[in-house]
Amino acid sequence: MNSISKYFSGLFTGIKSLIYGMSVTWKELWTKKVTQQYPENRKTLVISERWRSELTMPHDENNEHACTACGICEMNCPNGTIKVTPKFIETEDGKKKKILDTYQWDLGMCTFCNLCVLTCPSDAIQFRNTFENAVFTRGKLVQQLNQEGSKLREKKKEIPPKSPEGGLKD
Amino acid sequence: MILNYAQPLEVSNLTSWLDTFLRSGLPNFWVLFIEFVLVGALLLAAYAIIALILIYAERKITAFFQARFGPNRVGKWGLLQSVADMIKILLKEIIRINRSDRFLFFAAPFFMIVASVLTFGAIAFGKGLHAIDFNVGVLYVSAVSSLGIIGVLLAGWSSNNKYAMIGAMRSGAQFVSYELSAGFALMTIVVLSGTMQFSEMIEKQQYCWNIFNGHISSMVAFVIYLISGHAETNRGPFDLPEAESELTAGYHTEYSGLQFGFYYLAEYLNMFIIASIATVVFLGGYLPIQVHGWDGFNQAMNYIPTYVWFFGKTGVLIFLSLWVRWSFPRLRIDQLLNLEWKYLLPINLVNILIMVILVMTGLTLTDLFPGLF
Ligand code: SF4
Ligand code: SF4
Repeated sequence: MNSISKYFSGLFTGIKSLIYGMSVTWKELWTKKVTQQYPENRKTLVISERWRSELTMPHDENNEHACTACGICEMNCPNGTIKVTPKFIETEDGKKKKILDTYQWDLGMCTFCNLCVLTCPSDAIQFRNTFENAVFTRGKLVQQLNQEGSKLREKKKEIPPKSPEGGLKD
Repeated sequence: MILNYAQPLEVSNLTSWLDTFLRSGLPNFWVLFIEFVLVGALLLAAYAIIALILIYAERKITAFFQARFGPNRVGKWGLLQSVADMIKILLKEIIRINRSDRFLFFAAPFFMIVASVLTFGAIAFGKGLHAIDFNVGVLYVSAVSSLGIIGVLLAGWSSNNKYAMIGAMRSGAQFVSYELSAGFALMTIVVLSGTMQFSEMIEKQQYCWNIFNGHISSMVAFVIYLISGHAETNRGPFDLPEAESELTAGYHTEYSGLQFGFYYLAEYLNMFIIASIATVVFLGGYLPIQVHGWDGFNQAMNYIPTYVWFFGKTGVLIFLSLWVRWSFPRLRIDQLLNLEWKYLLPINLVNILIMVILVMTGLTLTDLFPGLF
């Protein structure tokens, strides 16, 4: 007797749950479509601020950046994506100083792991959310991040004999 | 009767005109020959076109169920998408599989497509649009539609591929089980209408569709027919034979190009065939909605051509099948067979008995309210 009642109760609860399932999908049929129609919606497209797609080195209005050419980012990059080329110049007080010559970043080899940005002691680089990076040749993926003629932003603490004309522009 | 109403948009006007025109100048043999060729060509064309429309509709509706847009790039609203897909599939290479049974491998898709075209011919699309009308129409349809499973089994066997083999075997088990239910559900209605001929069956439903005529019993038969028909087409929650997460693509894993196209086409057309047979048997086929005594209403309904009624009803059933498909998760093979052998089949047998009692004791709606229905 018990098994028979189980059979029928199973049958009817089954039918009930199927109908409930169909009512759920029926409601889903009329919900708003969530598809983003990309090339058409470029104007209204919102990409998260934290989206990492292009490494940049911010320059201020005096064409100065914060990279000291220490090479920590290059060492931390798991893919060898970054190539920091320093050069040595002589300051006014006769000291030799290492400054940045070129900062190369290869988009094609980057996994966007953010390690370079996290480890940079001077916060000289950061990722942007500009994601339309397609180019026609691989060579174009290699970008130089420091601008032409840019120089290191001077910091107060950096040179012990405090030079009055030093930076601190920001 | 239905013929008393004006039906200006009917195709039967055109076909009877063509027939008299041919007969006026040609001997009987050539008239028949030309008409056969025309009917054959039209059926094949309709087959392909309906498949294309179905593929598009399925993709769109599926997308809507998933809150997407579906194809919307090729043509306005993506209307040309399935045409583009067809051209692509025609251009693709037909691959020869090493160590497969060549002959059977190439023959298998034809079994599938021939079975579904044969069934397709027996559908009454509208008044005068009915190619095959045997007096054992129901038997014919269930017989030829079952031929398709041979194609599936041969495909699985001849591909020399484990996935294909398992898929085909599952398909075989599933098809044999559910064909039983579908057959019994149809038999229930044969008991009710007292004929196996589709055209007669349709004419009898003029004022009262079979699904209402046999009330409880018909409704149960209708639901069972839809479930088992759905299972026979290997779709929705019953798509075990091609469960892509387990079996790649099931029995047609090794097929490419046009041969794959055949399976694809046949799958969609089978969905259409199941829906249209359900329309014919349960929902009054191509007949418009008619109510006794409401002459103006009947006249207005008759202005809508019968093929529109047919495709409308079939469309609703196809939508229902898609709705089910995107609502329920896939069954396991034992659940699938449980559902058939422990639930559908016993219910079906009892249902036939109830139907026989209803008909014998005169408890169908037409018997109870002769003036109304
Ligand atoms: S994000 Fe990662 S991979 Fe890319 S440059 Fe930085 S450290 Fe290298
Ligand atoms: S970007 Fe930062 S870590 Fe890399 S070289 Fe410049 S200062 Fe050093």
